[in-house]
Amino acid sequence: MTPAGSPSRNPRPIRVLVAKPGLDGHDRGAKVVAAALRDAGMEVVYTGLHQTPEMIATAAVQEDVDVVGLSILSGAHMTLFPRVRQLLEQMGRPDTLVTGGGIIPPEDMTALQQQGVGKLFGPGTPTSDLIEYIEQWAASHLES
Amino acid sequence: MTARRTDRNADSAKLTEQERELAQLRAEVTAWRAKAAALPLRPDANITSVSGGGVEPAYTPLDLSPDVIGATGLPGQFPYTRGIHPTMYRGRLWTMRQFAGFGTADDTNQRYKFLLERGQTGLSVAFDFPTLMGYDSDHPRSEGEVGKCGVAISSLADMETLFDGIPLDKVSTSMTINGPAAMLFCFYVAAAERQGVDIAELQGTIQNDILKEYMAQHAWIFPAEPALKVIVDLFEWAAEHTPKWNTISISGYHIREAGATAAQELAFTLANGFCYVEHGVARGLPVDSFGPRLSFFWDIHNDFFEEIAKLRAARRIWARHLRERYGARDPRSWKMRFHCQTAGVTLTAQQPHNNVVRVAYQALAAVLGGTQSLHTNALDETLALPTEESVRIALRTQQILAYETGVPNVADPLGGSYYLEALTDGMEREAEGLFAEIEAQGGVVQAIESGWFQRQIAHSSMRFQAEMEQGRRTIVGVNDFVEEAEGPVNILKVGDAAERTQRQRMANLRARRDDALVTERLEALGRAAANNVNIIPAMLDCARAYCTLFEIRHVLEEIYGSYREPVFF
Repeated sequence: MTPAGSPSRNPRPIRVLVAKPGLDGHDRGAKVVAAALRDAGMEVVYTGLHQTPEMIATAAVQEDVDVVGLSILSGAHMTLFPRVRQLLEQMGRPDTLVTGGGIIPPEDMTALQQQGVGKLFGPGTPTSDLIEYIEQWAASHLES
Repeated sequence: MTARRTDRNADSAKLTEQERELAQLRAEVTAWRAKAAALPLRPDANITSVSGGGVEPAYTPLDLSPDVIGATGLPGQFPYTRGIHPTMYRGRLWTMRQFAGFGTADDTNQRYKFLLERGQTGLSVAFDFPTLMGYDSDHPRSEGEVGKCGVAISSLADMETLFDGIPLDKVSTSMTINGPAAMLFCFYVAAAERQGVDIAELQGTIQNDILKEYMAQHAWIFPAEPALKVIVDLFEWAAEHTPKWNTISISGYHIREAGATAAQELAFTLANGFCYVEHGVARGLPVDSFGPRLSFFWDIHNDFFEEIAKLRAARRIWARHLRERYGARDPRSWKMRFHCQTAGVTLTAQQPHNNVVRVAYQALAAVLGGTQSLHTNALDETLALPTEESVRIALRTQQILAYETGVPNVADPLGGSYYLEALTDGMEREAEGLFAEIEAQGGVVQAIESGWFQRQIAHSSMRFQAEMEQGRRTIVGVNDFVEEAEGPVNILKVGDAAERTQRQRMANLRARRDDALVTERLEALGRAAANNVNIIPAMLDCARAYCTLFEIRHVLEEIYGSYREPVFF
């Protein structure tokens, strides 16, 4: 584990885990996002479907990622986002950005942000918006 | 003698005259095409179809196949390009079947009654994710998901509540369930028995299409071969006991929604259909014993003519292959019957009221393509499950089409259109090409296991996304004609109450049922699966004893194993 801001971390590309938690099988968005982030120069790991929060947090630590992106279209976002966030904290990775998207009502997005989750994106978002958001977050959190 | 010779002379004169006219037309069209190609193009024009295919500026008689009469036939006649009934909607309109389900069985029972009171003619059950995956509402993996995207059904008890006050011999019911399809079918049959209904009268459809789950929708349990075995068990059992029931709905919908093109949706779905036929035949079932109960399900996307062509081509290909390749003799096996749903993926979260218009055009395409039943999406379905108000508008959209536009009066009213016939032929050619590619991959099951289908679909999905993001394809309200400030839309919220209620119901069920009987029935199911006999009778016995969904899944998983997806992006 490397503390945020350490020089050893700067030269490497931003590492992202794209994950599909829960039982929801809609992975078109997750795959489009994973490919777009990779094309933007990030190192992307995709978990595949039907992951538990424990599987996702473990993968995030093992893969030493900076960002975890969750794609949830099942309505279970109020359970799954906080659980992943909490597990990452327990595993000593509170510095990881937990972001994502799916079918999430705006008031739920706000509530989740208040619980320490990053910005969330709805349907029809251009992938350039996510890339910009992650790059900006990385610029202020990973390089100082 | 003399008279006949004169006729022959006249005929040959006529032929020469026709040839001369055709040559003249060819020359005119060639000159016209050259002129058209030189004309300026609108800067915002995208002259490819939604699937990316090229489109000519206009079509002429030269685009018709030489055998246009044989290839289209009359409505109700082989190869059914123009529809499976001679007079189509004159005799009977399509079934207006809105997919619905949320919360507990009680909540959804009320929504069904709301829809039936407003003139809906069939029911369609949307199950929640735990049910789709074969988990009970009180299983740890179900946490946070119970009743969210559909109704939670964990046993016969929930199924009885779902149809309380709805006589199962009077409605037709479609159930979108695949991995655990046979289990939910058994719950339904047992619920009908409890109502005192003759199960031979049951009408409806179980989706039961596992192949497209591996390709696109991803609600699987078992690996392909045991899953296919159980599907054939259901074909065999239903042919004898529930002869009016559609044992499968071979679905392109999810393949398309995952990003496939129209031709990929068409070809992959038909290839899956052929795979089921081959598995039935390999069991020793005569193709005409189960062929008439195979049904299909298509996605209706934005490209109006492409979608109609897809439906016409689908019927023609199915009829030809069933008759010529699989030797079906019963015309009911040749006729492809299908449900359509407007494309959820085309709905936009931006300016959601515009979705009403998208859905209306898509519904029109489905009806012009000769669908047997239709679901029209509600305007708010990119945001949440639909509200009663949005569902009512969606249903009214179909009723306006049925009763106000005059469209249902004529069978296949676009048949003979140079463009549509050329598109239909093109779809068929493209599908046949893809069948050959699938064969080269080792067939459907192998191409799933290697991830070939999934890659093809992902590739098309990325192409469309890139076109949209680069502004080469306009989506109104998303990448053009954007409103800066949009008002909020009222959406349906499914809270955690359903999950709490379901957990309580499950606890009550587990407390009051006969545990010894449950154990005995589950063991019998395990033996049936291990002995490789038809497992439907043993599974139905489990349902009758109130064994839960996960209990049944678990017994079978011990024997059949679990599916593992090839992960890539």
